[in-house]
Amino acid sequence: MNKKKIYSAWFLVPTLVIFTGLFILPMVTSLFFSLTVWDLKNFTFVGLENFKMFFSEGSLNIGIRNTLLYAVIGCSLKVTAGFLIAVFLTSNIRTKNILRSVIFFPNLVSTIAVGITFKALMHPTKGLINSALGAVGLRGADWLGNARTALFSVLSVEAWKGVGVATVIFIAGMQAIDKTYYEAASIDGADGWQKLKNITLPLCRPAMNSVILLAFIGGMRSFDLIWSMTGGGPGFATDVLASVIYKQYAEGFYGLSTAGNVIMFILIAFIAFPLQKFLMKGEVD
Amino acid sequence: MKNRKRLCLLGDIVGMLAAGIIFIIPFLFIFLNSLKGRREANLLDLSLPSVWEWGNYKAVFEANNHIILTAFKNSFLITLGAIILLISFSSMSGYVLQRRKDRLTRAVNVMIMTGLMIPPAILPTIWIMKGIHIYKTLAGIILIEVALQTPFTIMLFRGFMGSIPTELEEAGVIDGCSPFSLFRQVIFPLLKPVTSTVVILNSVTIFNDFMNPLYFMPGSKNATVQLTLYNFMGQYSSSYNLLFADVMTITVPMLILFIIFNKKIVDGMVAGAVKG
Repeated sequence: MNKKKIYSAWFLVPTLVIFTGLFILPMVTSLFFSLTVWDLKNFTFVGLENFKMFFSEGSLNIGIRNTLLYAVIGCSLKVTAGFLIAVFLTSNIRTKNILRSVIFFPNLVSTIAVGITFKALMHPTKGLINSALGAVGLRGADWLGNARTALFSVLSVEAWKGVGVATVIFIAGMQAIDKTYYEAASIDGADGWQKLKNITLPLCRPAMNSVILLAFIGGMRSFDLIWSMTGGGPGFATDVLASVIYKQYAEGFYGLSTAGNVIMFILIAFIAFPLQKFLMKGEVD
Repeated sequence: MKNRKRLCLLGDIVGMLAAGIIFIIPFLFIFLNSLKGRREANLLDLSLPSVWEWGNYKAVFEANNHIILTAFKNSFLITLGAIILLISFSSMSGYVLQRRKDRLTRAVNVMIMTGLMIPPAILPTIWIMKGIHIYKTLAGIILIEVALQTPFTIMLFRGFMGSIPTELEEAGVIDGCSPFSLFRQVIFPLLKPVTSTVVILNSVTIFNDFMNPLYFMPGSKNATVQLTLYNFMGQYSSSYNLLFADVMTITVPMLILFIIFNKKIVDGMVAGAVKG
């Protein structure tokens, strides 16, 4: 049987045309255009000027810092909360299917809709969150209006929306664990905490790796939620790379915007690829 | 044993309460406020509407010359178009990539892997789209969505191909099938389970996509559902009732989809994540 003939390379052609034309080619040309000032028609080569500007200008480089913060904190929140909820939902409670659906559903709702809803819930004077805190005697805050809390407020919504996916991945991982391990441990007199630490956690590693990678890469690229909740404000307090790229594009600084895009590629490539290698190496069979 | 049961019941109660407060209240909040009068809704509280204003929904549909209908039509066409192309092209690619292991397929696999992680380069993409005259067109955004969802879709198809025995193809070759009709008539029908996962997951992603239409299909005539919602946010900043009615209009289709395909969606997401 001639493999090359049956599994003809022609099958790949439509995909390759669209994917290289509209993804790979822009990616490669962006390396060049990030070194220019251009308006989509004419360009002037300026060397590394755009990158210098990006790193020196406070309103631009805050995007790099916030992107990393957003990815790391968002990822940790989803991993921790997702793991704990999954442990809870794999126990013998009766409502686990309903609860799983309820926690998962926000993931399907448009991010813009979620942003609008939580912007209203976090309203500094009328918002439900502050009213609820007031009712139990706590003082609320201007969650999105204060430069120090704004990024964390958006992050909490990010976790609210994304924890469902983390949870279902963990649940799948936990259900795949052989029950006999737990039985053996019970006979040896292990308590619940020991079982969690010595059986569930290590054997969930593949699931955990998926959650970490998904959440981290998603966090690095995030735009919709931040854009609908704060627009990068107050000031530049919640600007991430994706929103800086959009702002520079809207202002007509195309070279700068493209440089932002290239910085994002480099960050993701230099963190996500090694992260993946590292995580996969540590997996237990 | 009795103690354990009691503990589980407590778990049920605590779980339902927490889920109710954290996950249900936001939706209840949107629903109730979408049915209030303007002044009442602007208080942003959880009370029941004093008058149930179902007319809010009518107002949302009539706003800006029925823009929301155009938006739904556009979003629907984009989603449908992109999914048809994704299924046709990615299933073929996933098939070949799983069956054939040589330099070519290794190179393609690396490209696909890159596409799973790296975001699109916005401005050069606009530049290319302008060059081939598809910028600000439905066809253009459909091709963009196809390009961006291709890596994930191929991964699902490639993963599923692993469970289909090669004997079928061997039999087909002996019967004199051409490579394409072998795929069309023997393999593609067997991919049905993963195809339906692909349809559901991609519909959700593409229908909810905000960033790509924002960049690649700007202009008031080219509204998509998510863009209209975003513009409503600016326009109705003082009429929360209408804003929330719009949010509801967009959320309900997803809720219906979720109720029908609950298991399929959850399993699909898990499969996609774990194989990636």
